[in-house]
Amino acid sequence: MSDADDLEHADHPDSSQYIVIGIILAVFTAIEVAISFAAVPGEIAVPALIILTVLKFLLVVMWFMHLRFDSGWFRRLFVFGLGVALAIYAATISLMLYAGAATQA
Amino acid sequence: MAEVTTAEASEEAHATSLGLSNEKLAMWTLLGSECLFFGALISAYLIYYTNYNGQPEISPALFDIPFTSVSTFVLLMSSLGMVLALSAIQRGDDRGFRIWILATAIMGSVFLSGQIYEFTVFVNEGMRLDTSPFTSSFYVMTGFHGIHVTVGVLMLITLWARSMTGKLTSEHSDVVENIGLYWHFVDIVWIVIFTAVYLVPYEQVGA
Repeated sequence: MSDADDLEHADHPDSSQYIVIGIILAVFTAIEVAISFAAVPGEIAVPALIILTVLKFLLVVMWFMHLRFDSGWFRRLFVFGLGVALAIYAATISLMLYAGAATQA
Repeated sequence: MAEVTTAEASEEAHATSLGLSNEKLAMWTLLGSECLFFGALISAYLIYYTNYNGQPEISPALFDIPFTSVSTFVLLMSSLGMVLALSAIQRGDDRGFRIWILATAIMGSVFLSGQIYEFTVFVNEGMRLDTSPFTSSFYVMTGFHGIHVTVGVLMLITLWARSMTGKLTSEHSDVVENIGLYWHFVDIVWIVIFTAVYLVPYEQVGA
């Protein structure tokens, strides 16, 4: 390992922090499943599920993938791809809401 | 003297203008492009689920959410195994690395087994790849994710085998880190698919 690598890894979390993140991810998943089974109205269930999914996504990306601690270049590369992907989602939702006829048989 | 010169040349060859590892930069570029790939597949699924012929083509009851939740939990925990394996090899703990990397590969294999079982159930219920654009989009999306998990499991087993034969030590922890990035990405894609496909009650979204 080079000195640069040593420096890069210096701020990485230790094993106990990883385990705490793992427990939080498991708890969030349990809450998601509970919401899907409980008779929660869609207006509450859908935003809650989306928020929990975003939180899980961020926990894995920022802590397990070390994006919180690594060079900003990695973050920019990933965020660019993610941003364009989200734009595709936005276009899709627009299609679903306003141009559904395009997918009719 | 010649050896020193070669070593210096090798050091320079690895230096980059950004001061970052080329391999890690390439992995993040790949992952950024993979966001687009899976973004398109998930979008296609959402379009056909909600709009094809004006109604979903399968009953949500066909999804076995408790079963898939367990698979999802196993995949999430495999990400934890991956970071613990990386942490172990960075500390020079080769035995710990082998245990965690093998555990991660096994958890990935359990997830894959669950996906194969689920596909078998769906096909038996009449939901085939060529049944409709909706079923095609479902199988292509989850199938490509499964292929990514399979490739990941093969890479993890390769890491374990190389460590067992002494070819992978803490000197090569950057290789483990890059493969770990790929593995975590496969995990976050499933985090999104699990919610979008299995949990969100679309009937209520449109209500």
